[in-house]
Amino acid sequence: MAAKVLTVSSGKGGVGKTTATANLAAALAALGRKVVCIDADIGLRNLDVVMGLENRIVYDIVDVVEGRCRLRQAMIRDKRLPELYLIPAAQTRDKNALSPSDMVHLCDDLRPEMDWILIDSPAGIERGFRNAIAPADIVVVITNPEVSAVRDADRVIGLVEAEEKGPARLIINRLKPEMVRRGDMLATEDVLELLAIDLLGIVPEDEHILMSTNRGTPIVLDGRSLAGQAFRNIARRLQGETVPLLDLEAQGGLMGRIKSLFRPGGS
Amino acid sequence: MGGFFDRLMGRDHRSANHAKERLKLVLVHDRTDLAPGKLEALKDELIAVISRYVDIDAAAVRVEMEQDGRQQRLVADIPLRGAQRKRRG
Repeated sequence: MAAKVLTVSSGKGGVGKTTATANLAAALAALGRKVVCIDADIGLRNLDVVMGLENRIVYDIVDVVEGRCRLRQAMIRDKRLPELYLIPAAQTRDKNALSPSDMVHLCDDLRPEMDWILIDSPAGIERGFRNAIAPADIVVVITNPEVSAVRDADRVIGLVEAEEKGPARLIINRLKPEMVRRGDMLATEDVLELLAIDLLGIVPEDEHILMSTNRGTPIVLDGRSLAGQAFRNIARRLQGETVPLLDLEAQGGLMGRIKSLFRPGGS
Repeated sequence: MGGFFDRLMGRDHRSANHAKERLKLVLVHDRTDLAPGKLEALKDELIAVISRYVDIDAAAVRVEMEQDGRQQRLVADIPLRGAQRKRRG
């Protein structure tokens, strides 16, 4: 077993990196893979609360790197999925407590035991981002169909290429099909044309995301949620399966479809 | 709903098109670190240099960034003036 290291990045904050990391990890673990997530956002740790594991932290990633504990001691096992682990970020340190080579060594130690290592990158393109992509085999860039998020995604895609970690693959998150139909939100094909990289998946805006984050349970375990379905599909694509994109058009219902007939350029 | 009347009047009501067009421009300059003003300066210098060798229609010169996937290309179209015979195709 030799794990693949996947880093989730975006440039801009708030586009859904942490939610995507938590849910892709849970979806891969639900497929029977051994998965560890690493929160690389030193000083602003959040993957723990999104995964609902915040009460079980004893050691963090900086403790491992600085030799205060063994790697295994910092790996928190998930409550629901026995083969899912979290290595939390340090909350009271800053990004300089880790170096890119620390991350490479840490991942090399984890690789033999795992199938997937998912790294949640901090926002920005500074040291924390460089730490997060240093060990990556695959970089996934998350964006929202919105000007500032797309612009920042383009920067990150360029930096990933420059670091020879490319080509990055794209997840478009928080898409609102109804707004796309009206012509008031960038459509998937617009974003792909602008960024010119391969699409890994599209995740629709979904209230269930906030509800699942409130509870600290991954949305991929909720069978009714469309966003959960989208993340499950992405996990299967990462495993090498060919899974068609969700038909988000169908979610508009009959009225949505009728209305779209009268709108030019609706997607 | 003003959308129908806007369309009737030929105005583009769809904000996504504005987003796309604005992003196209901004990404070209982000990727090359070449500000729009610098591109103009480059064009002016190019005209000055080429004019020393051959008579060109300076007003019709176009210097633009083109995109091919994630590759950027600087494309210059420089019409020559009054050439009797063009030696280069």
